Amino acid sequence: MSALSPAQLARLRAIVGSENVLTSPEDTIPYGFDGTAALKGPAETVVLPGSTEEISAVVKFAGEYGRAIVTRGSGTGLSGGSVPSEGCIILCLTRLDKILSVDAANLTVRAQCGVITAAIDAAVLQHGLFYPPDPGSMKISTIGGNVAENSGGLRGLKYGVTRDYVMGLEVVLPDGRIAQFGNACVKDVAGYSMKDLFIGSEGTLGIITEVLLKVLPRPAARRTMLASYDRMEDAAQTVSDIIAAKIIPCTLEFLDRMTIGCVEDYAKIGLPRDCEALLLMETDGHPAAVAEEAEQMLALARARGARDVRVARDDAEALQLASARRSAFSALARVRPTTILEDVTVPRDKLAEMVAFVAEVAKKHNLLVGTFGHMGDGNLHPTFLTDERDAAEMARVHEALEEIVTKTLALGGTITGEHGVGLAKKAWLRRQVGENSHDLMREIKRAWDPRNLLNPGKIFD
Amino acid sequence: MKPSLKLLDYSILQQCMHCGMCLPACPTYVATKKERHSPRGRISLMRAVADGELKLSPAFADEMSYCLGCLACETACPAGVDYSNLLETARAEVQSAGLNQTFTSRFWRTVTMRGLFMRPRLLRFAGRLLWLYQRLGLQTAFRKIGLTKLLPPDLRRLEPQCPTIATKFSPQLIRPVETPAKSRHRVALLTGCVQDLVFAELNRDTADVLLANGCEVHTPPVQPCCGSLHAHNGEAAAAKTLAKRMIDLFPPAQFDGIISNSGGCGNHLRHYGALLADDPVYAPLAKLWDTKLRDIHEWLLEYGCLAPRTGLGDLTVTYHDSCHLTHGQKVTKQPRDLLKLIPGLKLVELPEANWCCGSAGIYNITQPVQSEQLLVRKVGHVIGTGASVLATANPGCHLQIARGLRQAGSPITLVPPVTLLARAYRAQQKRKESIT
Repeated sequence: MSALSPAQLARLRAIVGSENVLTSPEDTIPYGFDGTAALKGPAETVVLPGSTEEISAVVKFAGEYGRAIVTRGSGTGLSGGSVPSEGCIILCLTRLDKILSVDAANLTVRAQCGVITAAIDAAVLQHGLFYPPDPGSMKISTIGGNVAENSGGLRGLKYGVTRDYVMGLEVVLPDGRIAQFGNACVKDVAGYSMKDLFIGSEGTLGIITEVLLKVLPRPAARRTMLASYDRMEDAAQTVSDIIAAKIIPCTLEFLDRMTIGCVEDYAKIGLPRDCEALLLMETDGHPAAVAEEAEQMLALARARGARDVRVARDDAEALQLASARRSAFSALARVRPTTILEDVTVPRDKLAEMVAFVAEVAKKHNLLVGTFGHMGDGNLHPTFLTDERDAAEMARVHEALEEIVTKTLALGGTITGEHGVGLAKKAWLRRQVGENSHDLMREIKRAWDPRNLLNPGKIFD
Repeated sequence: MKPSLKLLDYSILQQCMHCGMCLPACPTYVATKKERHSPRGRISLMRAVADGELKLSPAFADEMSYCLGCLACETACPAGVDYSNLLETARAEVQSAGLNQTFTSRFWRTVTMRGLFMRPRLLRFAGRLLWLYQRLGLQTAFRKIGLTKLLPPDLRRLEPQCPTIATKFSPQLIRPVETPAKSRHRVALLTGCVQDLVFAELNRDTADVLLANGCEVHTPPVQPCCGSLHAHNGEAAAAKTLAKRMIDLFPPAQFDGIISNSGGCGNHLRHYGALLADDPVYAPLAKLWDTKLRDIHEWLLEYGCLAPRTGLGDLTVTYHDSCHLTHGQKVTKQPRDLLKLIPGLKLVELPEANWCCGSAGIYNITQPVQSEQLLVRKVGHVIGTGASVLATANPGCHLQIARGLRQAGSPITLVPPVTLLARAYRAQQKRKESIT
């Protein structure tokens, strides 16, 4: 597809202002990728609208000329969801960055799609409230992107994921109409729950422009603990023991030896480099409950042979530990030029088996892998440390991924727990969800967006 | 061999996995929200040049010059991307391609980079002339009768920003070798270029603090420029020449420590090893040099710093991290710890303390608009702390923020942490003398 004509560009500029249409290669090349390794696409036209109305006008314009639209926020996605496709218009929504209202009486917050995730939690903090979903990229990811990808985070075990906090959405539909779904009511069964269709739709069904989110009272107390182990199985078993003891901590994260080394190289906070597994545990809630649960968790960790168990001295150290864990993926990039991150998730009682399997596969194919993730909810991030220029090694990586996916599905797991399908995982989607379910998804997409203009080629071909 | 992105080890470019963690730390991205003005955006442009997908263009050159080079992205980057290496290579390539050069910019470049900052005596002479111009009241007179309007536009804009030149330069304040009563270490003191012309007193203070802490201080009167300006602005060959001169003047084997008291210089000075890695003669010396180089605050805390027993009265101080001290040299805790040693001094934390003030080498000259925005942001935070003194340890930041505070009509004064410490030692000495 040829580039937009000068007359077409002039129309776009009239909609959003000339400084918000980028076409020179120096301006657009940096929009050719998101946070996913080794994926990029042709970025020719970038449009940065400033309002829902402008977005609607751009979508109508694109429809007129049959141009695809690929929406992005801060471009931190991890499945290639906002990588541009041939001839598309890249719609970058970072200018819609206003928090519209915090409603402490109804426990909600309304924000434009381009607001940074961490800014939402910071805004409600002043009211003693709390927005729990905390994806690793929360300091820069946008809330619109979080909803489009249904992002998870470190607190999934107790607090769930982005979907559990979305009460309402404003969406621009593929034909440019603007629609509202949901409201501030806790109970609402009027018709289909349309908002749920958009959550996790990866920009293929509509463009999310505004969100109404549920927030919670901020927990009065929090305690963060760190346990180190000589065997990964013991860490996994500790997690099972904690769940069996009827405790639901907000965070149960693990790092393997390779990941610990890389994170420590970056954060320099004194993590033990010589252990096989680190378990980061956090409990929050009423001070009395927190104190009791923390004691129990420490005892359970010791009973499973944790070599060292300690409690974070203060909030500053707790924050430091959580930030270090959030940097794990990027820190692993220190080792080799290309870092391929996976997101397989299994029922949590199968987690230890899965971790062992990943290590075995890596060894078999002579690959370097670091694994970390959310032990409490079975969400694993095996990360291959490789070099995209080495074709032979990349072929081995793909074989290893194939085996990991097969095992995951055999254990009743999913190919992606929180990163989305995008480009990176679409080859496996049909295998996971089955023919009929896959067909239904495509039928919905076709009915909704018959000309395939919104983020074509993502989730399925 | 000319520096080039194509010849650079490709894995340095690949090290960036474009996760976006650098975006919230980058002042130019936060101000514009355009990917091109972010670290990962710039790296993608550099990679496109290396891959042959993008030609070196004036727009590419502009972007490399729009970067502050504050290195906040290096602190934020979990993947350990060597951004300063990438930026210096890109700037050098832009420079050797002759992009973005007007006659005047080439003229001033030649005068400064190849003239003044290569010849320390000439630089001091120029400084002395400027001092005369300021001292004889010519500056005021010229301004009054509008003679400054005859200057070329670049200089006219800069003229009011010109710092006041010191009455005495370092050699008039510091003897080549000064020895304390009990000497424990032998150290070299680097006096800097701008530092020497404008803040020679700080060099005296640094020597005093070192003496008080048992160091024999060697300060040769004529010292070359460290080459940091050259390296940051694409003059790689000159940077190497200067590094060699520096090593010749201060053979690293003869000193326990080589001390820098300017954040920007220090960050360049501690990387001579990489700069001279290909030089058969100087490579091993440069490697040894790197192990001896210390920022003054770092040195004092590493070897133990005497706490003054007398303070400076009740003093509320806040501290601004210079970019190259905090992001480049990773010296953040030490200056604060030194300030806390002074009795009666209350240290309040500055919001966004490690956010660039817009000085950034010659950025306030090359990019006045963005520089001014950053300055206003910084000054607002400084005034908000309620402190009466702002401590900072880099001459560029010092001049920039002082100007910003003046513009805002604020009475807050700027004093380097080492100067505060030196004053406290002197107060203690005075008290001792008055008692005895």
